[in-house]
Amino acid sequence: MGLDIRWPIGIMFTVVGVLLALQGLLAGPDANKLSLGININFGWGCVLLAFGLLMVFFAWRGKQSAK
Amino acid sequence: MYLPATTGGWKKKLRRVTEKDCSPSGFLLVFGPLVFIGRKERMSHIQLGGIDYAIMAIYVAAILGIGWTLARYMKTSSDFLTSARSIPTWVTGLAFISANLGALELVGMAASGAKYGIATSHFYWVGAIPAMIFLAVFMMPFYYGSKARSVPEYLKMRFDERVRALNSVAFAVMTIFASGISMNALAKLLNQLLGWNYHMALWICSGVVLLYVLKGGLTSAIYTEVLQFFMIVLGFAPVVYLGLKDVGGWHAMNQSLQTVATNPAALNLKEGSTHYAANAWTSAWQPLLAGPQNNPMGVDWFAMVFGLGFVLSFGYWCTNFLVVQRAMAAKNMTAARNTPLVAAVPKMLFPFLVIVPGMIAVALTSMPDKDYRIPPPIVSQENYTKAVEVVKKANPSESAAAVTAVAEALGVKVSGEKVAALVADNAKTKLSDEKIQNGIYNSIAEYDYDGVILSLVKKYCPPGLLGLALTALLASFMSGMAGNVTAFNTVWTYDLYQAYFAKDKSDKHYFWAGKVTTVVGILLSIGAAYFAAMYNNAMDIIQLVFGFVNAPLFATFLLGMFWKRTTGTGAFLGLFGGIGGSAVFHALTTTSSNVDAAGHVINGMKGGYLAVVSQFPSEMAQNFWLAAFAFIACFVLTLGISLVTRRTKTDDELKGLVYSLTPKVVDHAQAWYARPAFLGCVLLVGCVILNIIFW
Repeated sequence: MGLDIRWPIGIMFTVVGVLLALQGLLAGPDANKLSLGININFGWGCVLLAFGLLMVFFAWRGKQSAK
Repeated sequence: MYLPATTGGWKKKLRRVTEKDCSPSGFLLVFGPLVFIGRKERMSHIQLGGIDYAIMAIYVAAILGIGWTLARYMKTSSDFLTSARSIPTWVTGLAFISANLGALELVGMAASGAKYGIATSHFYWVGAIPAMIFLAVFMMPFYYGSKARSVPEYLKMRFDERVRALNSVAFAVMTIFASGISMNALAKLLNQLLGWNYHMALWICSGVVLLYVLKGGLTSAIYTEVLQFFMIVLGFAPVVYLGLKDVGGWHAMNQSLQTVATNPAALNLKEGSTHYAANAWTSAWQPLLAGPQNNPMGVDWFAMVFGLGFVLSFGYWCTNFLVVQRAMAAKNMTAARNTPLVAAVPKMLFPFLVIVPGMIAVALTSMPDKDYRIPPPIVSQENYTKAVEVVKKANPSESAAAVTAVAEALGVKVSGEKVAALVADNAKTKLSDEKIQNGIYNSIAEYDYDGVILSLVKKYCPPGLLGLALTALLASFMSGMAGNVTAFNTVWTYDLYQAYFAKDKSDKHYFWAGKVTTVVGILLSIGAAYFAAMYNNAMDIIQLVFGFVNAPLFATFLLGMFWKRTTGTGAFLGLFGGIGGSAVFHALTTTSSNVDAAGHVINGMKGGYLAVVSQFPSEMAQNFWLAAFAFIACFVLTLGISLVTRRTKTDDELKGLVYSLTPKVVDHAQAWYARPAFLGCVLLVGCVILNIIFW
């Protein structure tokens, strides 16, 4: 149906991943009090970023093979 | 839908929230200047940061973007209402599971995890996987192969117009109420948790859903369901990870739960002198096999396997158009059959995401150093203030009177010991009002289990992750509404409007009818949300009645698909008989806790209002047995009536609709490992292994 859903999923999680990772990097160590001292924003932001990029890659590859 | 009884509690909790106050100004970032708000902090509000609002805004932008992009492909009614059968398997598969994973389920399953432990996974491993495999292997060929556009339309082809009318009207009304209940819950949650205005939250969230469904139709709903799937998994996984880490890992959590199980009354999880074996919260089958008195669900194994695992589960997964519609939108027969199988993989693993948080919450509550408790029922600030005054004035030598007065002021049960200690502390060193209020909060001896998942989010998530988790929740509420509205759309437009009001019009006409129905469907949902907010008892009755309507449904499908002799009259009257059977069963049975010492029924809503013929140890057991009874009643009646009535459809007409008259689907074009039957077997084996691991 026209739109490959992997594009919006990929782009959205890439952006959210970057935002979370930046938040993790820029917020002080106090921000990790809730998350048991783990910089969960940075770690999880990287996971989301990787997932987002993977989706974008699949979408791109799908487009190439369709051509 | 067969959520455990916890949803009732969830509604009750939401019911108590009537405030229409305030909102943090950051909300304006997302939704513009639509909301005007005063500012009044309440203790339970979560403060969101800019990043949290940014994540919400990105999500809203993404789903609106999907709607707008799809709009240009919407040319016919089929594009809009059935996605023109064009969607790949993995997308329909994830949408299939996502349409079921509503927010109320997310909340309800964590609540059940706390109340019943790992046995809650029966709702997945017994109550879903086998039915999903059955749908894929045996039933999908008829739904997809018959070219029916909806489940009611299949019923029309197989039986007659009456059966379709009964099913489509019931389904259309049900989807509107389901969508309304969900949106009411969302708006109240946003009001209670973040302080957003109830009406604004309801209208804006519904407005967003309206926009993207109106633009992209069913495809929009399916695509956003896939997005929601990833949001939920990726939004809640870190919460589970942090929770497990905090309790010291899986093994440590189990050890705590084993201590809790031997004396659940110590944590106020059960009343009085209830004691279970140590594995009551950590084993799925052993406590069940030991009988209803030995497991916190109060259910016997037969009710679980037959009532839930067969009747309710197959009735929901194999006949509910909301989920089946996702598979029917697939691009070809193989994709349609594989849809439920793709869905079964995450479904099998969901207990770790949605049930384990409840178990973590119980373990944390049992560890005094963790400073956590399962949240108590919501009490208004006014009542807290009254209770604080009581504690301040109380005389430590008369603590019993103080305990009663505090309980009265709050309107909930309190721990006498804790209140007495608080009164004594306050008499010694004058405590601040805030400290007294905290002490009172901790002394409440009742739980609002539905608050479990959010209390963990609140405990572990810093700004950022908090936004992600809350957006996931928001997403599941909104896509729940979209799912219901799109299913309503198709059934209304094709099965009611086209069938009874405007036959033989052009496709363009139905395309526009579908669009108008979307708007009407959303408006009706909003109406249902207000109805749910205002008339909770009426809503409880409506849900009860839908329980009766759904319980016997699978018997009709089973006989219709696998016995060519089943007649339209048999199916129609059998269904009515099953529905009537459910109502009679409910009127004559109740739970043992709903009968007072004199043998009178306390609450007629819980059954037994005509007479009490039988008592069940729990509401869940009653529900499962009711379903089993309704199924058998419908099955026997349909069978009997079919035998004495004349067939109205010839063998030829039933080709493609009945198992014995349909050429078997040949999967030879596919590799053996990609065939639905093989994949179904693999999944069943996986499911059995999970059951054995958590035996």
